[in-house]
Amino acid sequence: MSASVANLPSLAIPEVREGLAKRAFSAVELAQSALEFAQKENPKTNAYLHFSPERALAAAEAVDQKLAAGQDPGLLAGVPLAVKDVIVTKGVRTTCGSRLLERYIPPYDATAVVRLEQAGGIILGKTNCDEFAMGSSTENSAYGPTRNPVALDRVPGGSSGGSAAVVAQGTAVVSLGSDTGGSVRQPASFCGVVGVTPTYGRVSRYGLVAFASSLDHIGPFARTVPDAAALLQTIAGRDEMDSTSAFAPVPDYVAQLDGKVAGTKIGLPREYFEGLASESGDLILKGVELLKKLGCQVREISLPATKYAVPCYYIIATAEASSNLARYDGVRYTSRADSETLSDMYRATRGAGFGAECKRRIMLGTYVLSHGYYDAYYLKAQKVRALIADDFRKAFSEVDAIVAPVSPSPAFKLGEKMDDPLEMYLSDIYTITGDLAGIPCMSVPCGRTAGGLPVGMQILARHFDETGMFRLADAFEKAGGFAG
Amino acid sequence: MKITEKEVRYVADLANLQLTDPEIGRLAKDLDEILTHIDTLNEIDTSHVEPMAQVLYDAAETATLRDDIECVPLGSQAALANAPLAGNGYYKVPKVIER
Repeated sequence: MSASVANLPSLAIPEVREGLAKRAFSAVELAQSALEFAQKENPKTNAYLHFSPERALAAAEAVDQKLAAGQDPGLLAGVPLAVKDVIVTKGVRTTCGSRLLERYIPPYDATAVVRLEQAGGIILGKTNCDEFAMGSSTENSAYGPTRNPVALDRVPGGSSGGSAAVVAQGTAVVSLGSDTGGSVRQPASFCGVVGVTPTYGRVSRYGLVAFASSLDHIGPFARTVPDAAALLQTIAGRDEMDSTSAFAPVPDYVAQLDGKVAGTKIGLPREYFEGLASESGDLILKGVELLKKLGCQVREISLPATKYAVPCYYIIATAEASSNLARYDGVRYTSRADSETLSDMYRATRGAGFGAECKRRIMLGTYVLSHGYYDAYYLKAQKVRALIADDFRKAFSEVDAIVAPVSPSPAFKLGEKMDDPLEMYLSDIYTITGDLAGIPCMSVPCGRTAGGLPVGMQILARHFDETGMFRLADAFEKAGGFAG
Repeated sequence: MKITEKEVRYVADLANLQLTDPEIGRLAKDLDEILTHIDTLNEIDTSHVEPMAQVLYDAAETATLRDDIECVPLGSQAALANAPLAGNGYYKVPKVIER
């Protein structure tokens, strides 16, 4: 692929760098073309909720000035990218896919956003998502669903469906999403792009609107593994503004993509392959064969507590959500339903503002935390969570990485699961375990079904071993020719 | 039945959430199904398991403490910019104390 504006939908980060270096285009020219293209294409998918042209052009201008002055413009210089609308952007509307925040203009930037722009990244706009990141299809957005660019009658997955779709559609080179129970990996697999959930604490959550604080992550989407690695190393690392952000130093992930994966020990958890839709399963097993050809040693392992992950997750996530969403009470965040008394104002604002899925989760979370139920639900779930984390700890004493499906089936049709919340929750089965354990995990494309739908393969690794995870995913992507 | 409509109304009250009658009926059905599924957790013996209250211990307990250094705060004007109703540097809400 050559570095030219005409190749916008398939540009990768190194090509943007090359194009700027060779003066094939300026950062401003690229930003203008990217904005124009994204705005023209967006009605097909509704992946962007709004654009930020002023901010994008100002950032591009700054990159061009640095280039003219002979300064290093940063790892993401000139790269057109998108940010999920649950991550705050100063002066740029941030709705979280909710009616409640329709007019919310944040007074500050998330740390991840600051770091993207410091590295020269160009934020084109904000992407659609399930309301407050609650959902698996992006159909719970108050601003209409996003369509999967690969098959427009199907969902892009969720909750970061917009961020996956813009990368698949070519209307951004890379993007940021957030993952609490699979909200980066599942849409990545549905749209055929790379999606990464880093180790818990690897990326600061300052400015990520909170859903479930013990599970929330910010993570990158890209069309190639090296681009995802570049994005993660830009945003990762300790941040004083988030006391849960990790101190561990951030390696140069990109520099360590050396293809040396022979001898890597890989575990296939048997619990993840029972009841898997056959076509997705076949593609993942083909992927495993490819890993064997690369010299990896594959063996079956067991993660016995897997069966309990969905109920465990939906207790912890909803309990934390019911607390985090208490702040939307009509006092501080733009929307208020007028009432005579304060108490009626809270109730009416929340009743009118939240969509059905948020209400369901607030109710479930409030119920499991209510008087007399704490031990039976929340405490029990925390104990089961410890067992799930322990399963992984034991597995990683024997293997270097775990390979599994991302989702039981490829992208489903719009509306197909909207009437059955439990069915929707159960489709998160293979992704929520990684979040519960806090380990890094990612989805990398491993082929398409006969009907042309993408299938993602999941790679899970030890805490803070994003390096090993990326190395394996990169070798796999190159060997299989899966880079988008 | 894990949960009745009466309990749904009670929980909605705790959550400060106004719900319509159809919403209450729908939630009773949905929550009942989900709570029944959650009951599978009772199959597993956790009597000797410590609850996982912390995801990762990446550094010493005091590592997150920092020196007490002055810095410029956001300021009340910026903080109040998104308020539905504000005045004199404060958020305004319906009257809570009767004279």
